[in-house]
Amino acid sequence: MFDYQSYLRLDHFPLIWCPGCGNGVVMKSMLRAIDNLRLPRDQVCVVSGIGCSSRLSGYLDFNTVHTTHGRALTFATGIKMAKPELTVIVVTGDGDCTAIGGNHFIHAARRNIDLTVVLINNLIYGMTGGQHSPTTPSGSRASTAPFGNSENTFNVSGLAIAAGASFVARSTTYHAQQCDKLIERGIQTPGFALIEIMAACPTSFGRANKAGSPADMMLWQRDHAVTAQRAEKMSPEELQDKFTIGVLAENPRPECRAEYQKLIDRLREQEAKA
Amino acid sequence: MTRSSRPLTDPSKRRPPRMLSGNEACALAAIDAGMRFYAGYPITPSSEIAEHLANWLPRVGGVFIAMEDEIASMGAIIGASLAGTKSMTATSGPGFSLMQENIGYASMAEVPVVVVNVMRGGPSTGLPTSPAQGDVMQARWGTHGDHPVIALTPYSVEETYEATVRAFNLSEQYRVPVILLLDEVIGHVNEKVALPEREALRIVERPKPEVPPEQYLPYVDTPTGVPPMAPFGAGYRYHVTGLAHDETGFQTNDPKVIDAQLRRLHRKLELGRHDIVEVDEFLLDDAEIGVFAYGSSARSARRAIRLAREKGIRVGMLRPKTMWPFPDEEVRAWTKRLRAWLVPEMNLGQAAHEVEWAVAGAVPVRRLGRVDGNLFHPNDILAAIEELA
Repeated sequence: MFDYQSYLRLDHFPLIWCPGCGNGVVMKSMLRAIDNLRLPRDQVCVVSGIGCSSRLSGYLDFNTVHTTHGRALTFATGIKMAKPELTVIVVTGDGDCTAIGGNHFIHAARRNIDLTVVLINNLIYGMTGGQHSPTTPSGSRASTAPFGNSENTFNVSGLAIAAGASFVARSTTYHAQQCDKLIERGIQTPGFALIEIMAACPTSFGRANKAGSPADMMLWQRDHAVTAQRAEKMSPEELQDKFTIGVLAENPRPECRAEYQKLIDRLREQEAKA
Repeated sequence: MTRSSRPLTDPSKRRPPRMLSGNEACALAAIDAGMRFYAGYPITPSSEIAEHLANWLPRVGGVFIAMEDEIASMGAIIGASLAGTKSMTATSGPGFSLMQENIGYASMAEVPVVVVNVMRGGPSTGLPTSPAQGDVMQARWGTHGDHPVIALTPYSVEETYEATVRAFNLSEQYRVPVILLLDEVIGHVNEKVALPEREALRIVERPKPEVPPEQYLPYVDTPTGVPPMAPFGAGYRYHVTGLAHDETGFQTNDPKVIDAQLRRLHRKLELGRHDIVEVDEFLLDDAEIGVFAYGSSARSARRAIRLAREKGIRVGMLRPKTMWPFPDEEVRAWTKRLRAWLVPEMNLGQAAHEVEWAVAGAVPVRRLGRVDGNLFHPNDILAAIEELA
């Protein structure tokens, strides 16, 4: 049995999350990934924004920062640039990362800075009471979309790929073991890695959309997630209510901090010669 | 406990004189103070600070990064400071507005950072290349909640160098964001200065924990009110949040703990007040009229005071080098010997409001505001002095 307790700040339990919330599944998956990689815990830094998912950082026995809403990636950028030997993992949600933090998300991916972003996408603003977010599916209900969301949604992973992230993957809390591997690969990627994990919010999204029990919501994930390989063989009609999971893009590119180090070293050499 | 953030250990030790702008002096001083991380977004009239640092920082092993906006710049310097690196950003009014969110975070989480605001005309996009002093109150109250802050207002290129070193010393000493308030004239004016020798600088580092990690309390009260700060990656795994927290750094809803922590944030600056607050007194000893002026307005005021003295008017100047915490004790002390105060500033009465509050009706306080993007002409200030004489 995996020893979760050694990684947790048990004094701060119980968790604030509702019964059936997917955040705990993601937290355990992160710990398994970090443990598999044998990362020294003093060298791990977990940075989060604001929202239900962003409370995750406080439960983990690493260097942890709970930042301002949407800004986790900016703090993480400063930490990584100042101390590149730290492994910096960002935990964020769909509202935190793609609405208020959308610009930071695009630019962190563009820089391809060596951060691993675990984005827990529960399709709603949970902490504030279930308002619709940029990923709430069109037509779905929320406390601010009582007649169904009339807006289009973000394809978060697609956005990260377009912006230049080195590693982009998606999974769900139903596929927890896949999450472990994807997070591991994200951490190992020398560049910007996004792991988008679809998670159930039974309290807000589930109730507003009559999605059933937490278990029903996980079964929905199972039934609507298709692997990238399978998706290739499916027609657009078949894919209409599906989403792809697994590795969506691997795009090795120069990493921001490493490139800057090359500049520092080059200038030092020049100075030494002169 | 005696503490000093004053940067000059021996003011006589100087480098050979050279021509420098205020922005360049600021960038040089930041490097000399040990700043090794700069994050910023271009904005006139502060951009030269970023340009110099983009050139100099990698040469000393530091990092310059151009962020996507000023919100991100503030976030990045807080992150770098948590990692143990002295960090800074520079901006002007519109960018300073965007930084307010995370300036509040730095106050609450007690992260030392330096924010340079080279003031230009506002509100809004305002006057990008003209001087103003309209951000005095924003420097104090720009972010929400009751937060402590330090703001410095140098009035020359030489003083900008010293104030920048001092800004880092203060931010490290008190674990607080320090705002360096320049204005367009101070940022862009070129002056001949003999900078202090680097070896003659007093450089302050943040207090470090002296206990093992398992006993470390990142927000513990101390005699100075300033808790020791461990850099990330040094074995002290702790939690940082902008939420109200207890001495362990974790969120709390306990009213007693919240009250004690927030009062400590203010107390640490009150305890350090005599180190933090610095004023310059110019011809005040026999004065009947006191001018309270700062930044480039104080340059015009100096000339006006000399002209008034030639006419036999006994006038002097109290010039705050520290704007926040406000030098109210100093204003009150001089008020006892004065007939009136004159407050020329490039806004419609921001520091004047504080002077009036300190004076509390004991003598008249005359406001002299200018918001057209031009400097005061010494004659404008002289005319106001003559009216009071």
